Formats: sequence, structure tokens, C-alpha cells
Amino acid sequence: MKKTILASLVVAAVFMLSGCGKSKTSITLAGSTAFQPFAEKLAEQYMEQNKNVNITVQGGGSSVGIQSANSGAAQIGMADLVTLPAEANGLTPTVVAQDGVVIVVNPKNSITNLTSDQIRDIFNGKITNWKELGGQDAPITVVSREAGSGTRSSFEEIIKNVNLLKNALIQDSNGTVRETVANDPNSVGYLSHGLVNEKVKALTVDNSECTPANIADGKYKLVRPIFLLVKGTPQGEIKNFIDYILSAEGQKTIKSDGLLPVK
Amino acid sequence: MRIFGENGVRRILMLTAFSAISALLLIALFILNEGLPFIFRYGVSNFLFTSEWIPAKGLFGIFPMIMSSIWVTLGAMMIGAPLGVAGAIFLTEYAPPAVMKIIKPTIELLASIPSVVYGFIGVMVLAPIIREYFGGPGLSLLAGCIILGIMILPTVISISIDSILAVPRSYREGSLALGATTWQTTHMVTLKAARSGIVASIVLGLGRAIGETMAVIMVAGNSVNIPSSALDSVRTLTANIALEMSYATGMHRQALFATGVVLFIVIIILNSIASTAIRKRKTYK
Repeated sequence: MKKTILASLVVAAVFMLSGCGKSKTSITLAGSTAFQPFAEKLAEQYMEQNKNVNITVQGGGSSVGIQSANSGAAQIGMADLVTLPAEANGLTPTVVAQDGVVIVVNPKNSITNLTSDQIRDIFNGKITNWKELGGQDAPITVVSREAGSGTRSSFEEIIKNVNLLKNALIQDSNGTVRETVANDPNSVGYLSHGLVNEKVKALTVDNSECTPANIADGKYKLVRPIFLLVKGTPQGEIKNFIDYILSAEGQKTIKSDGLLPVK
Repeated sequence: MRIFGENGVRRILMLTAFSAISALLLIALFILNEGLPFIFRYGVSNFLFTSEWIPAKGLFGIFPMIMSSIWVTLGAMMIGAPLGVAGAIFLTEYAPPAVMKIIKPTIELLASIPSVVYGFIGVMVLAPIIREYFGGPGLSLLAGCIILGIMILPTVISISIDSILAVPRSYREGSLALGATTWQTTHMVTLKAARSGIVASIVLGLGRAIGETMAVIMVAGNSVNIPSSALDSVRTLTANIALEMSYATGMHRQALFATGVVLFIVIIILNSIASTAIRKRKTYK
């Protein structure tokens, strides 16, 4: 008798939780804060078309993305690194977008282009005055990100041999880097392409601008892939969602908000 | 319904009182448990007294952060303590009671402004002024000191006021009756009697300054750097934890907890000094 009551209670609970009896699959994404807003938007669009799927998006940073995909806390991890670390070996990566890293200066600065070598020398503290680059006679204020940031590690890996000078300012997000550069006429920093606005001036690197065409040609080097990481092989709704992101509609959403599509 | 009887109420209150203490204990245990093994593995003197903080290369020296925390706190004291104590003296000894009634709550309101707002004002107003008139990047040790100096004012002023008001009226009357002026009475009698309370107010302000995080992250620039001038950018112990925690894993994460251990010990020492000073005041009366 007790068993029957218990069983019927469980059935009732499942029935209520699933809402009108239709069972919902839930998918959790976690990781890269650079891709988080895009993932949220894509999830929203996907859920509108597929009422039986519930997608939750969390931030936390690329290393959190890798960790939680490994531990199962999230079905899909998001990471924005040039090369994935060893911890991601057991995960299946899919590149869903590309994000350019843009070197930015204050709009008052007359400099418009830097070479990779100049960028390295600035961040290593070898070039300390804008005069040396043909700009105004003012000391350079270098703005970088905190250790562990995906944007910073991508930047340092592409520019190579970066040994950040001691008194570089450190900001803890793309947004605060932008604000610092917007407020300080002598500063230089780097941030995700999707977050550049009119308050800062994007520089060309080695004379090429950060555009999809230049990235496809390999002319613009400062670019990193955005990975979605799944434990094992993606299946069922997880695969469907990733396929949706790679579809024409998903890639259009990615493009319209400043990231670079892969297809 | 015995639970609502005298004994029941006593038990419930006791339980709630102990929950605060157990929270503190749990926090202390957690931080020590996460941080101490790292400190011993890395070496106490390596951790405390080397200046290279490059987590990617496994280098974790927090000496620059310790020096920065000390400088920022000292600077904040140099600005906040004289202003705070002077304000307290004016309000208790010189200002008419009506003025005190308006000004004291206003000052206490300063304490309820969120630190991110102080930080915002620092970034938007203070940093550009420093950059323009003194040079450097603006986000600097000096900016941190000024913002923190203002932030500790409410603590310093209100505890100083309390301890000055606690000096018995008869002391002042005795001094005035001997022909001393108000200022002579204040600095020779009242302040001497209230000294330990004023010291406590400054030490508590110190504790607040060293523990402040958000405002400092926003205005101090956060370079891992032993400052050579007030215009250099610095990173404090608290800022180090808050900046890097979200991305840190493995050793790096443990190193941040170890930074927390150092901070925890410093704050315990400061608070014990303050509470000894406060206790002294009570025995004085």
C-alpha cells in the first residue's frame, strides 16, 4: 500500500515538474564571458523554436568552462583560447565563432597602425613614449588583463614572448579596459572585437583591419577561436543546439553582434 | 508548547548567537584549510618576500601586494585620521548641539554609500585630475589613498565622537574653572582622557582601509609593482584575490586563498589592538 502511494506521488511530481506532461530536456552551458551574451541570445532563439528544450547559460571564464564540461556540471563548456590546455583532452571541441582581439587607443591619439613587433615592445616596456612611434610626446600607459584571462592568454600567445612590464595597469574585464583607455589619452589596451565602440580607437595591426575578410586571408593575426566543448561525442539535443549555432541563422546572430562567423 | 517558555526562548537565542560565531569559525577554517598547505609547500618566505607574481609560470610572490596594502593603508590614514579626529573635536567641543545633530547623521550616511560608488567617482573625477596635474596614469596609489581616506572618515569620526563624549563633564568643568581656554581644555584634558578611544577609532579605520576591495580595484590600477612614488599603480592583497579568483584553478587558486590567510591574520591583529584600546577606555572611567 505504502509503495503505491509513494509511486503515485513520484508520478505526480514528475508530471507537475515537466509541465503539462511534456518532458523537457535541459542543457547547461558554462564558461567564456566573451561568448556568454551570444550563447544567451542563441539559446533564447533556439528555445523559441524548440519548446521542449530548456537551456541555461552561465559565465565563469574559459577555465570554468573546461572544468564544468569535464565534471558534468555543464553539458557544454565554452572557451575562448588559442590552444586548449591539456585538461580539455577528453572533450570534443567545436569551433562556433571567431573573436578578433583588437588593439585600442584613445581617440585623441594620432597613431593608427602598429606592427606586431611594436605591440610586443610596448607591452614589454621597451617602447615607453608615443614619440618613438611617431605620435605625441607622452608616456605610454599600458593596460592589460588579469592573469588567467582568456583574452590575455590569447593576446600573449599570438604576439609571442610577451613579458608584461611591471607597471602596466590591470583591469578585470573587457569593459573596464575600454573605459580606462577611453579616459586616458596616453593609454593602449586590447579587447574583444565585439566590444569595441566609438569611445576608443581600434588600430590596424601590420596594416590590416580586424574584418572577417582579413581574418579569412590570414592578414589579421590577432584572432582566437571560440570553442564549445562536449564530453564524448555530442548527441541528441546537445548536437542539435550546436548544429543550430553553426546554421546560417545562428551564424547570422553571431555576426550581427560583433563576433566573426566561421561559416 | 514548552518551546515558547522561558527556557525555550533562551535556547533559541543561544542558538542564533552561536550561529554567528560558527560562521566565523567556518570561514576561518575554510580559508586556513585551503591556503595554509600551499604556503608551507611554496615556502613561507618565498611566498611573503619574493616579488614575482606570474601564475602562468608558477611564481607566486606577494611581497609587492603586501607593500602596496601597507602604503595604501598608511596613506589613507594620513588623510583620514587627522580629518576625522579634527572633525570629531569640532563637533563635540565647538559646534552647538544643533549643528552636531545635523552633521553627525550626515557623516554616518557616508558609511552607507556603496564602495563601488566611491570607486566610480575615483575613476571619473579623481584619476583624471591626478593624471593632468601630477602625471602618471592617474589610477594610482595616491588615488587609492584619497578615496580610502574619505571612506574611513565615518568610522573615525563616529567612534572618536563617542569616546570624547564619554569623558565626564566634570573634567572639562574643572579645567575651565582653572582658567584654561576651550582649546587648552580640549588638547590637555579631554583628548588625553579620550585617547584610547581615538586610537581605537583609527585602528578600526585602518582595518576598514586594508579590507576594502572594490573601490581600490577601480582606482589603484592593479599593477603588481612595489610603488616607488605615489603616482605608481599598485595592487593590494584584497584586489589580488578579487581580480583573479574567477579564472584561477589549481595552484593559482590555492595561492589566492593563501593571500586570504595573510589578510585574515593582519585583520585579526588590527582588530585585537582596537579592542584592547577600547577596553582600556572603560577601565579609565
